[in-house]
Amino acid sequence: MIDNDVLERVLSAALRTGADFAEIFASDWRGTGVGLDDGRIEQLSTGRNRGAGIRVISGETTGFAHTADLTESGLLAAARVAADAARQGGGGTRVVALTAQPSRIVSPIDVDPSTVAKASKVELLRRVDDAARSTGGAITQVSAGYSDGRTLIVVANSDGLVARDERIRTLLRVSAVANGDTGMQTGFDSVGHTMGFELFDKVQVEDVARTAATRALTKLKARPAPSGSMPVVIKAGSGGVLFHEACGHGLEADLVAKGASVYRGKVGELVASPLVTLVDDGTMTHEWGAIAIDDEGHPSQYNVLIENGVLTDYMWDYLRARKEGRRQSGNGRRQSYKDLPMVRMTNTYVLNGDEAPADIIRDTESGVYVAHLGGGSVNTATGDFVFGMTEAYLIENGEITEPLREGNLIGNGPQVLRDIDRLGNDFAMGNPGTCGKDGQGVPVGDGQPTLRVKALTIGGTAS
Amino acid sequence: MTDRSSELLAIADRVVALAQAGEQVEAYVSRSLSTDVRVYEGEVEHFVSAQSEGIGIRVIRDGRTGTSYAGTLDPAVIADVLAEARDNLGYGEVDQWSGLAEPDGVAVTPQVLWSDRLESVPTARKIELAKELERLARAADSRVRVDDSNYSDSFGEAAVATTTGIRVSGRENGCYLSVGTLADDGDETQTGFGFSVGRDVDELDIEKAAREAADRATRLLGATKPASRRVTVVLDPFVTAQFLGIIGGTLNGDSVVKGRSLFANRLGDQVASPLVTLVDDPTNPLAYTATDIDGEGLAARRNVLIDRGTLGMFVQSSYSARRMGVATTGNGTRGGYAGSPGAGCLALQVVPGTRSQAEIVAGIDDGILVQQVQGLHSGVNPVSGDFSTGAAGITIANGTLGAPVREFTIASTLQKMLLDIAEVGGDLEWLPMRATGVSLVIHDVTMSGA
Repeated sequence: MIDNDVLERVLSAALRTGADFAEIFASDWRGTGVGLDDGRIEQLSTGRNRGAGIRVISGETTGFAHTADLTESGLLAAARVAADAARQGGGGTRVVALTAQPSRIVSPIDVDPSTVAKASKVELLRRVDDAARSTGGAITQVSAGYSDGRTLIVVANSDGLVARDERIRTLLRVSAVANGDTGMQTGFDSVGHTMGFELFDKVQVEDVARTAATRALTKLKARPAPSGSMPVVIKAGSGGVLFHEACGHGLEADLVAKGASVYRGKVGELVASPLVTLVDDGTMTHEWGAIAIDDEGHPSQYNVLIENGVLTDYMWDYLRARKEGRRQSGNGRRQSYKDLPMVRMTNTYVLNGDEAPADIIRDTESGVYVAHLGGGSVNTATGDFVFGMTEAYLIENGEITEPLREGNLIGNGPQVLRDIDRLGNDFAMGNPGTCGKDGQGVPVGDGQPTLRVKALTIGGTAS
Repeated sequence: MTDRSSELLAIADRVVALAQAGEQVEAYVSRSLSTDVRVYEGEVEHFVSAQSEGIGIRVIRDGRTGTSYAGTLDPAVIADVLAEARDNLGYGEVDQWSGLAEPDGVAVTPQVLWSDRLESVPTARKIELAKELERLARAADSRVRVDDSNYSDSFGEAAVATTTGIRVSGRENGCYLSVGTLADDGDETQTGFGFSVGRDVDELDIEKAAREAADRATRLLGATKPASRRVTVVLDPFVTAQFLGIIGGTLNGDSVVKGRSLFANRLGDQVASPLVTLVDDPTNPLAYTATDIDGEGLAARRNVLIDRGTLGMFVQSSYSARRMGVATTGNGTRGGYAGSPGAGCLALQVVPGTRSQAEIVAGIDDGILVQQVQGLHSGVNPVSGDFSTGAAGITIANGTLGAPVREFTIASTLQKMLLDIAEVGGDLEWLPMRATGVSLVIHDVTMSGA
């Protein structure tokens, strides 16, 4: 996408005002989206976005500018703006010599979606619509989206690093509305991987459609969720977001450094139930958060964050690692070339325990069984976090009984981690997610086995 | 940024001129510039200078729609984008209501949405504002630290041209300050935030943003988890704005025609307390998202959605209006050049009452002032109306603010909450979002805690 000699000259120009560090992140994205709603393919849309962001660091200050013009003159202009923004008053000439990193593939691709006929993509959604509507007569509306994207990336910096990558993601999402005596209810499901169109050889779109439709239909019979604190069992592959919110964000080194995390100063301490080993793993082949290199050019890694309940490390990007004199962990990510990188998660999951999930449910006298979660958020400074339950049931006398309507659950991260008292042996990854931080969204994955939290507050309306 | 809106319009015109017989073509061209300055502990943490431009093209033929877009205005790429959109329409299915907006004779409301002065604000001044905000927030209370202190501005221009005769352009700029605070007491930390928005830096109320951010964090210190019960809540203006955004999303024609609005078939019904008049008014330049034109190039206008509790109308794009057999309301929204227009609210506001928040609180025997909410995206279902959100705030006992509370949820349904609104405050607050804040009193909300 940009030759190394051009990258070298632009980096040298970016350093001209005396900066400590300069970096170019360039990307070239092309993608296709198809939307189905109300029984018809509404439209097929194709798009492209390419450009480069240039970051210049002087002391504590980062200057950043971006451009859609990838010619040498366009890049030089952006480099000047970024350098001026970070200006420290110094000056001089520094020559940058780049050394190519060995290329690496984390998620091999069989079928590049850009080579697949548009008609095949449209056909998937027709099948989704048929399958969702035939799940039950009460299904009154179905919307579905297919999207794929291919991004070429080059990152180069004044330390001499240059790395290139190709990323392909393919996603299908289905949302169904069911209508009954109690009004409308919705159900959602999705499947997304760092994989090409071969995804649909491995996953039957009808299954995704039926799952979404069944969730909506089930809730037609649902009663209002309870209100108050009680035991909660979370199904395998649905509750990774709990860890993403309860502690994942709080283990991001940028938030820790600002004293905005309840986990600051806790490395080496027991912060969770000894059952919990939590990993952030950018190398997990084909998972939604998998990356060969992060957006600062560093190879992704398998990072153990919590081991048997003990906090082992935070996640790091270039800036935080440099300031604290340690290695980055492959967690420097950004939404696009228009954004500055930050410490971000990749695929965050809890390793298996050794109990049969059925035993965990049977041993729960009364509580709530959460079978699907809809997202969440956290205040990292207080540790208070919420997540939404989009498919949940009562547990009565050790059995899953009536379905519940939607609501949020709220808990405090450090408390909830300690309150995990049962861990299953049925690990599964969950739905593809988009993690938001400081206005930027990046693709992430999460996963866990079935587990129980002794007490979580269910935010329903029934007393 | 020199006024390039005529240039953008010329680009759109050139695309539209390439329409073939039997085609409807729309070109949406936009360009934006923004600055973000973040200060931390007296130093500039980052300075971001962002510039974006792009084009989105829709082609409709025989009821089929195709779209394509690109983040560049390079003429060679634009030609490709048009060809792609044309190819893509072959895969869309026939929709008898599909079509572009048509001029409807409604004149653009004159308003001043552009400040030349904002353009000439020197970088040093922007940095100084963010530094001053940090200083003031820290000085407000010895327990307060600042997480980030920010100055942001944006300059946007857009042009729309269609084969149906729409040919408009507009531009807006604005700026805001925001600050996130942390207050410490021993091992405990609480958080707060403050904002101020304006068309020009002189309109920014830096003292207010700093004071509110410090107050919000410090007054939560010592917060405990409350017991579960039913309670009257007072929503702080920022919380109300988020709540209104969700309500607005249920009142658009797209949701109605596609069977997803819980207010479909409720026109003329009393859906809210008689105290509630909900308007979408992008013609009020005080609103941060005020605009001359909607995303389809029609004049933006003031629409009364709920009039003293009675549901009066839904907001419409040209598509939803055509399908419902009503006039468009100038509410086509699009997410920049990459998005296709849908129907949505542009600048929501509840017509304010008269009393200050302090006066309202003084009249409440038992309640909670909800200062912040968390997880509206995960706990609120705008189709079923189920509403559940994490919250933190201050208890109200016998007319005075008392102990802080956190780690609880408030829950109800959107339908019930609108009817349970007991008072609208007089404390309108302009925020960098699509809805305006005001204090709102809601009865009979379920609080879940310990």
